[in-house]
Amino acid sequence: MTQAKQSKLGKLTKKLAGMVAVACWVAAPLAQAEGIVTISDPWVQATVSGQQATGAFMKITAHQPVRLVAGFSPVAPVVEIHEMKMVGDRMQMRALADGLPIAAGETAELKPGGYHVMLINLPKPIEVGQKVPLTLVFTDGSGQRHEVAVEAPARPLGQMGGAAKMPEGQHRPHHHGHAH
Amino acid sequence: MGKEMSRRRLLIGCGWVMFAALGGCSPQAPRFHAQDVTGADYGRGFSLPDTEGRIRTLADFRGEVLGLFFGFIQCPDVCPTALSRAVAVKEQLGAQGARFRIAFVTVDPERDTPSVVRSYLNAFDPSFVGLIPPDQETLAQVAKEYRVFYRKVPTGSSYTMDHTATTFVYDPQGRLRLAVPHALGANEFAADVALLLQGA
Repeated sequence: MTQAKQSKLGKLTKKLAGMVAVACWVAAPLAQAEGIVTISDPWVQATVSGQQATGAFMKITAHQPVRLVAGFSPVAPVVEIHEMKMVGDRMQMRALADGLPIAAGETAELKPGGYHVMLINLPKPIEVGQKVPLTLVFTDGSGQRHEVAVEAPARPLGQMGGAAKMPEGQHRPHHHGHAH
Repeated sequence: MGKEMSRRRLLIGCGWVMFAALGGCSPQAPRFHAQDVTGADYGRGFSLPDTEGRIRTLADFRGEVLGLFFGFIQCPDVCPTALSRAVAVKEQLGAQGARFRIAFVTVDPERDTPSVVRSYLNAFDPSFVGLIPPDQETLAQVAKEYRVFYRKVPTGSSYTMDHTATTFVYDPQGRLRLAVPHALGANEFAADVALLLQGA
């Protein structure tokens, strides 16, 4: 789009192009906090009474190299960035100590079978349809922190899609006896 | 007489050739998508209290295809995915779906109380059975019987459980038949269950 605009602008100076970029930046919707990322399709898995944790999922497109390092939400005192992976037939879940890096122009999909934002020590259940406020904290290349707020509607349990899709590069079902 | 003998030999020989061509000692071995573990020397059964405190064993599920899954409620990913898949399998089986059931064994009995497990399973299918090992020793025994791995892993302020994500499937006669990997889709799983319900 920038290229098309530049060709259309013809011989206008780089300065003017820069001003257009700044205008776009200012006019960017709220979800694109400071233009570093775009977050789409956020959702949280609803919980039942007594369930202390759940996952939030979304797509994050980075407009510059960023790292998702933390999050906070009024519904959970503890928020962590987790990765789930299958090692052979075993499921492992880990907090990402250094956050989730996303390269410029790339979209990280936080979805079942991969990454999620874990909401921990929930004081009360998250009801289906409830809009869960969630603030995600990113760092940019210079280490500066950026906060991006989203509202993630809660989807019912049992609607995670019938097929348990494995992300690329993970183990196929018939590999057993993986060394540990 | 000699002619008769050789004819008989020929027939027996033909029989053997046919037998071999059909696949040796199990000429009608059904083709499953999941791993066929028929005759396995593990997963011979369990005796665990359900969410209402009743002791449940394989005998309670005769006439049904039972899928036994080990998991924990604070699990945001594998467990709800596996349970959602089971719901999809049941739907795909149509009327036969009433003869397919999941028993969910918690590997986190510390946090997964009977009431939490019951309300969690109800969110998927009220017919699913929750099994709660009353203590760590019982959990260790049942996990050993199923060769299931589980481990408590601290994560910052809390802990998570690593665990085997395989669903162990019994036929209507209560025999362990299939080990269903986490990655197997609902369509394939449903096809396998349908075969077992047809007596495969």
